[in-house]
Amino acid sequence: MKYFYLIFSSLKRKKIRTGLTVLSIVVAFVLFGYLTAIRQAFDAGVEVAGADRLIVRHKVSIIQLLPEAYETRIEQIEGVDNAVHSTWFGGIYQEPKNFFSQIPMEPEELFDMYPEYILSDEHKAAWLETRSGVIAGRGLVERFGWKLGDRIPINATIWIKKDGGRTWEFDLVGIYDGAEKGTDTSQFFFRYDFFDETRAGGTGQVGWYTVRVTDPDKAAEVAAAIDAGFANSAAETKAEPEGAFVQGFANQIGNIGFIIMSIMSAVFFTILLVAGNTMAYTVRERTNELAVLKAIGFTDRGVLGLVLGESFALTFVGGSIGLGLAWLLVSTGDPTGGSFPVFYLPTRDLFFGFLLIAVMAVVAGLIPALQAQKLQIADALRR
Amino acid sequence: MTDNSTEETLVKVHGVDKVFKRGSEVIHVLGGLDLEIPKGEFLALMGPSGSGKSTLLNLIGGLDRPSEGRVEVGGQRIDKLSNRKLAGWRARHVGLVFQFYNLMPVLSAQKNVELPLLLTRLSGTERKKRAAIALDIVGLSHRTGHFPRQLSGGEQQRTGIARAIVTDPTLLLCDEPTGDLDRQSGDEILDLLQALNREQGKTIIMVTHDNHAAARATRTLYLNKGRLSSGQVD
Repeated sequence: MKYFYLIFSSLKRKKIRTGLTVLSIVVAFVLFGYLTAIRQAFDAGVEVAGADRLIVRHKVSIIQLLPEAYETRIEQIEGVDNAVHSTWFGGIYQEPKNFFSQIPMEPEELFDMYPEYILSDEHKAAWLETRSGVIAGRGLVERFGWKLGDRIPINATIWIKKDGGRTWEFDLVGIYDGAEKGTDTSQFFFRYDFFDETRAGGTGQVGWYTVRVTDPDKAAEVAAAIDAGFANSAAETKAEPEGAFVQGFANQIGNIGFIIMSIMSAVFFTILLVAGNTMAYTVRERTNELAVLKAIGFTDRGVLGLVLGESFALTFVGGSIGLGLAWLLVSTGDPTGGSFPVFYLPTRDLFFGFLLIAVMAVVAGLIPALQAQKLQIADALRR
Repeated sequence: MTDNSTEETLVKVHGVDKVFKRGSEVIHVLGGLDLEIPKGEFLALMGPSGSGKSTLLNLIGGLDRPSEGRVEVGGQRIDKLSNRKLAGWRARHVGLVFQFYNLMPVLSAQKNVELPLLLTRLSGTERKKRAAIALDIVGLSHRTGHFPRQLSGGEQQRTGIARAIVTDPTLLLCDEPTGDLDRQSGDEILDLLQALNREQGKTIIMVTHDNHAAARATRTLYLNKGRLSSGQVD
């Protein structure tokens, strides 16, 4: 503690240089925090995916439908606990930029299959009583300022109604919350029976099945058994873990994790050079002063510690401000207006950021610190 | 030079050689040098540039090591100490005063004087108190919060002396302490050193080119081509 004053006073020596270096570190850590949140947004579905859940879709493509009757057959396969079907509705609320998914589901089974969605008994009962009822996630409701009892019109792009109309009207009867921070609360679930009776075509056809297995360790065997059960049928299936299914969706855009890691690596390498350069100059300019410190009794290791302390102070100040700003920016919410329903800076990545600060401090300061440690007093005093 | 052997000897330099290598060139700065300095002496070391005065001062202060021979201070052989122990020894026993003051420009006079005390177990309050006393001794109690750039050369050197004496060292080593000062400021510094020697019994070794400054010492030795003598050698 008693050396803090000495360390911070040394950094004040060249205020502009120190300020610019701190600023570059701030920018690097803002980028780190923000890009981490974006990566998290892509990975969120994978992380919250249940280890005991499989997704069964048409073997050819997700847009090919499967018979509703598969549900009973799937549930009869050994190792299957429950199966629930879902279908992509793909409607538009007011204008195309207001994107969110709408899924017709069987109300009785939805919350059994997805315990991460929390809905009160009151709202659940209201949904069961209202055929045109819809339940929406808290995030979605807040995004559009909806309230219970609102009638929400959705313009269909795929599913035309039997009367030829494209506008489906739903009554908001329930709002669900997420059990965890990463739970997607941007979903819009409405009743399958209402959907199936109202749509003009595709009756009895569903998009995909979510299947819960009794033993997650045997998920691969169960998936193989499901695919084998529908082999050579008109609608063959492809069963895979829910996490792999979600990851596949994300990968349609590209390997986001790799892209973000590449950007961050380039940024940090550059900042490391900037911080290292600052530290090298700091030590070179103060050769005489460091020699004086040694002359009055500071040990070689003591001087090494002081230089590393300066490096740490520099990166800690910049890094902490950067992470703080990133956290504030991320807290303002999804920058895409709906494409990232889960957008936050996870605590573990915040800790990783602080670890990165420490690593950067050591790497940037180590060589100058070793040079300071090796300084010969008599030689250095003559310079 | 062992003419003070009857008094308690603080510094003993015996058979010291110091050789510097610059590339393929070998420079013999000191050769077979012997010296004894009694406790409480104010010794002036004179000699032409490159004669080895500062080198000898560095060896006695533990800032450098001899190529051959031994250096004892207060009965302790310092040339054999490890770097870590030697640093600790310097912190406890040696006060250094430099020609160009060598103060930390980013620290106030008070904080500069406190620097050597950071190496002790003293509390912040105690460090402050001792630094204030040292600054008072050198007549700078009214300039404690000033930074070196706000002080005159003489005041900076007084701050340097306060820093040197704040740990109450056995030995004060001064390398041309008046070399960068005008005559009046230089005289004030010499008055101060003389007072520290006479009133507080500090043993002082002062390297100087200035006969006027050397006249303040109790003994003057001349160093030329690495050898000591009590009379000036042309």
